[in-house]
Amino acid sequence: MNNESYDDMVKKASPDSPLLKDCIRAFAVGGLICVIGQMLTNFALNYGLDERGAATFTSVTLIVAASLLTGMGLYSKIGKFAGAGSIVPITGFSNSVTSPAVEFKKEGYVLGLGSKIFIIAGPVILYGVLTSIIVGMVYYFAGR
Amino acid sequence: MEYLRAFAVGGLICVLGQILLDKTKLTSARILVLFVVIGCILGGLGWYDRLIDFAGAGAAVPLPGFGNLLARGVKEDIDTMGAMGILTGGLKAGAAGIAAAIVSAFFMAMVFRPKEK
Repeated sequence: MNNESYDDMVKKASPDSPLLKDCIRAFAVGGLICVIGQMLTNFALNYGLDERGAATFTSVTLIVAASLLTGMGLYSKIGKFAGAGSIVPITGFSNSVTSPAVEFKKEGYVLGLGSKIFIIAGPVILYGVLTSIIVGMVYYFAGR
Repeated sequence: MEYLRAFAVGGLICVLGQILLDKTKLTSARILVLFVVIGCILGGLGWYDRLIDFAGAGAAVPLPGFGNLLARGVKEDIDTMGAMGILTGGLKAGAAGIAAAIVSAFFMAMVFRPKEK
């Protein structure tokens, strides 16, 4: 699956429905995922994790849950309804990793699963880290 | 109130993504990249943490929250170890999320078969 076919997948998920309807759905589902995240955070805080631990617990739980839903073929159904509401939360990142992993296992463990797993995550990690290094340089030389 | 703020802010960030998806030629992959980069820049400026103070998971769970995490990690590592922190901070802060995503994906690929489209 390349970028175009991932995009096709999403396009298919939201067939030319009007912008307002798309936005309401994205708002509702994206908001709901964040509420679940807040519940997980509060749950972890109540169990004595510090703020950082709770934040990590929250993202990891959401990531694994979205990965499982992707494997079961359910996340794409949510995506059909929610559009960006299922792409923009961290669960969408997880979906973009698991989806090609499942699809390309048949092409082998190294150049199939192993490389295609990063087809979306790779650019996200690359440009994220690149930006963080620029931020770090500014902070180191000018910001402190 | 806390849940309402998380819902509203998280939902709005997703609406931004939906508008980009519908009104521009940006692919969803590019939106993922763009949101992480924007979050990282806003995090570098120290603005995104204020949004998290207000909205909690509503700001932390969407992808700009991941970018913010990278920026925060870089600053912390610079504070503790100096210039080398510029290189280490980002990936270190993102490590849990990236590791969880790829390892979980691996196991799902073991268990499940691709669904017919």
